[in-house]
Amino acid sequence: MPKTSNAQTEAQPRLAIIASDLSKTFLLRHTHSLKESVIAAIRRKPISSSFNALDDVSFRINTGESVALLGFNGSGKSTLLKLISGVLRPDRGEVLTRGRVAGLIEVGAGFHPDLSGRENIYLNAAILGMSQKEIDARFDDIVEFSEIAKFIDTEVKHYSSGMFLRLAFSVAIHTEVDILLVDEILSVGDEPFQRKCLAKIRQLHAEGRTLVVVSHDLGMVADLCERGILIDKGRVVFDGESHEAVARMRAQ
Amino acid sequence: MTQIAPVPDLDGFVRPGQGAGLIDVFRRRYLLSLLVRKEVQVRYRGSVLGWMWSYVKPITQFLVFFVALGVFLQLNGSIPNYPVYLFSGLVVINLFSEAFSNGTKSLVDNAPLIKKIYLPRELFPVSSTLVAFINFLPQALVLAVVCVLTGWHPNLVQVLGILLGVLIIVLLAMGLSLFFGSINVSFRDAQNFVELILLVATWASPVLYQWTMVEKILPDWLMVIYQLNPVTAAVELLHAGFWYPTTEGQIPMPTGLWFYGLCALVTASVLLVVGQLVFRRLERRFAQDL
Repeated sequence: MPKTSNAQTEAQPRLAIIASDLSKTFLLRHTHSLKESVIAAIRRKPISSSFNALDDVSFRINTGESVALLGFNGSGKSTLLKLISGVLRPDRGEVLTRGRVAGLIEVGAGFHPDLSGRENIYLNAAILGMSQKEIDARFDDIVEFSEIAKFIDTEVKHYSSGMFLRLAFSVAIHTEVDILLVDEILSVGDEPFQRKCLAKIRQLHAEGRTLVVVSHDLGMVADLCERGILIDKGRVVFDGESHEAVARMRAQ
Repeated sequence: MTQIAPVPDLDGFVRPGQGAGLIDVFRRRYLLSLLVRKEVQVRYRGSVLGWMWSYVKPITQFLVFFVALGVFLQLNGSIPNYPVYLFSGLVVINLFSEAFSNGTKSLVDNAPLIKKIYLPRELFPVSSTLVAFINFLPQALVLAVVCVLTGWHPNLVQVLGILLGVLIIVLLAMGLSLFFGSINVSFRDAQNFVELILLVATWASPVLYQWTMVEKILPDWLMVIYQLNPVTAAVELLHAGFWYPTTEGQIPMPTGLWFYGLCALVTASVLLVVGQLVFRRLERRFAQDL
């Protein structure tokens, strides 16, 4: 697609994520047994109540864009990320994605403490959607990035929490993806390693990967992403330049 | 920025979280093989006997039943080569119990993964069934060795019958695990109910006793229902393959063995389809209910 300086050009940028009228409601159950349900019914108390985590959220993200999802705790950012990754399914509206999606979402979910670092790399990379060939090809990079080559054949349960996170993060960041979902990256490891992770994420972005980032480190996220979507109580309240989005959020 | 541009080219877009069910499991068979290997590796980690446990358990179970039923209740006298008869039924029940019970619990056991990463969730019940199958192999080997020692001379049809029996159990356990496993996510009653089913299953098939004893008591129509139980069909197919060729044929196998075997195969396949459909329906809520 030829690039022209004319913004009104007919050529549309290639989309990566389309969210249209997304809504997600959680049902909160107040009773946890048959007995409680019966008693609640007799007393005419509500058995459950619902909670709108997301309400009519629409946006489009182009391939190669980096977008920060901003909002305070409970605003629905993580729910949105889970809808994009497919872990949760929307109640209304739909999400569409193009290309392979993988998340740096609470890394290490697929790790087994009784397996060695090496076995865990294979298992976790396969969970994130990689084939055996791809893992073989990237294995050395993963180990090198994690800086724990010495312990790679040790069972993961003997790792320190820092080593564990390094390995888990290293696997996740080396998966072959088109859309990378990042949740709270700055909770990983010590400062030098955090910087290294951030550099790696920037590099992936420079290579044309699409990024969707959730973080409470507003300064970092504003610099990393060019666009910010501010969410409040499940609704999009601002969608635009990232520094402006952060400024709006701070003003709230 | 929220104004919607003209309808874009939707080529290549997918709805995240909407897989193709068991077909996806096949597509991601490399991951499946890693999950199975992990289970197999981890199961007896930290135990001195290690994989010996998968021999110790069935042998102990066998000895208990053999002493109680074979010796004390004297089935040893009425059923020729009773030890082989008993063991060839027990391996079927063990395979079924392990696959079904672990498969039902597999989703709850893998909750952290299901809540954070999308992958075809059918992987978990399917891998439980495969692990149970791998666990079944050493038992089948022991059985085959004992059969050879007691003069085993099966023909091809009987060997095919054994394979059919195992196939029935694998499909049945997979289908039932998908069904009860997906219900178990919201209602943990399911796993207790499954324990109940398994308790009954051991006695509802001619594992410890013989089919002729049932036939003497049950009316004909009830006997048909008894034999339509897919587990019964599989047990009898293994009896016909392992035990019958080691005897002189004093006690015949029931008639219509293949008929009931094929009925069981159809039943198991239908249950697999039903299990998959229910699973897909309930799957939407897995990540939020776990």
